[in-house]
Amino acid sequence: MTDTATRSRPLSPHLQVYRWPITMVMSIAHRITGAALYFGTLLLVFLLLSAAAGEGSYYKASVLFGSVPGQIVLFGYTFALLHHMLGGIRHFIWDTGRGMEPGTREALAWANLAGSVVLTIIIWAVALAFR
Amino acid sequence: MTTTTSMRTPFARVRGLGSAKSGTSHFWHQRLTGLANIGLAIGLIVIVLTLIGKPYAEAITFISRPLVSLTLLAGVISATIHMRIGMQVIIEDYVHGELLKVLAILANTFFAFAVAISAVYAILKFGIARLLT
Repeated sequence: MTDTATRSRPLSPHLQVYRWPITMVMSIAHRITGAALYFGTLLLVFLLLSAAAGEGSYYKASVLFGSVPGQIVLFGYTFALLHHMLGGIRHFIWDTGRGMEPGTREALAWANLAGSVVLTIIIWAVALAFR
Repeated sequence: MTTTTSMRTPFARVRGLGSAKSGTSHFWHQRLTGLANIGLAIGLIVIVLTLIGKPYAEAITFISRPLVSLTLLAGVISATIHMRIGMQVIIEDYVHGELLKVLAILANTFFAFAVAISAVYAILKFGIARLLT
């Protein structure tokens, strides 16, 4: 009995075995970015409430968002927003029945990733130019 | 007791409504708010970029401008509806205990509502403060 349990036998392949298809990675990323944006709304509420509370708290919030950890969080938030947005556009394309063919769906998934990276960099280039 | 007479068959009346009695409304609202969020999120990015480096008085004057306030208000309402539906899907996928699931869905609604009214309160306060000065 114990012998059969310890002997290595072939198992059916699962997540840790096969190479992740890009479509699966982007699907998971869509959900993770969505959840991140969900809690990220607290950042927007914090900024708005600080501004509404008066000059002192607005200044404190600006310092916090301007700090290195603050900027990293905001950079991540920007990427999550754009990735989720492009992922949503991909969903709209699928809703019309298009974009699910082999080849096309992989291209759309890569476009989702590349587009969100490029747009995030462009927006941050503009943001840093404004400082 | 009132009974409504209908020429429609029982099947036709329930078709598409499913066990939750609301049918595809979540699916549809997720698309509707998702579409609105594209424009409103771009608006939010432009607003935040404009606010960078502005002193307090200028920032408040900018936020309280009608178009900016309305973009923020619409964005907050659309985004909180969208994120509430999205998080409910995640909860329903991963939380299997019935009580825990119901509590999580309730907490989700309260969270989305709290985010919405806090943001709306702040945005309206800018507008009112501007009227008084």
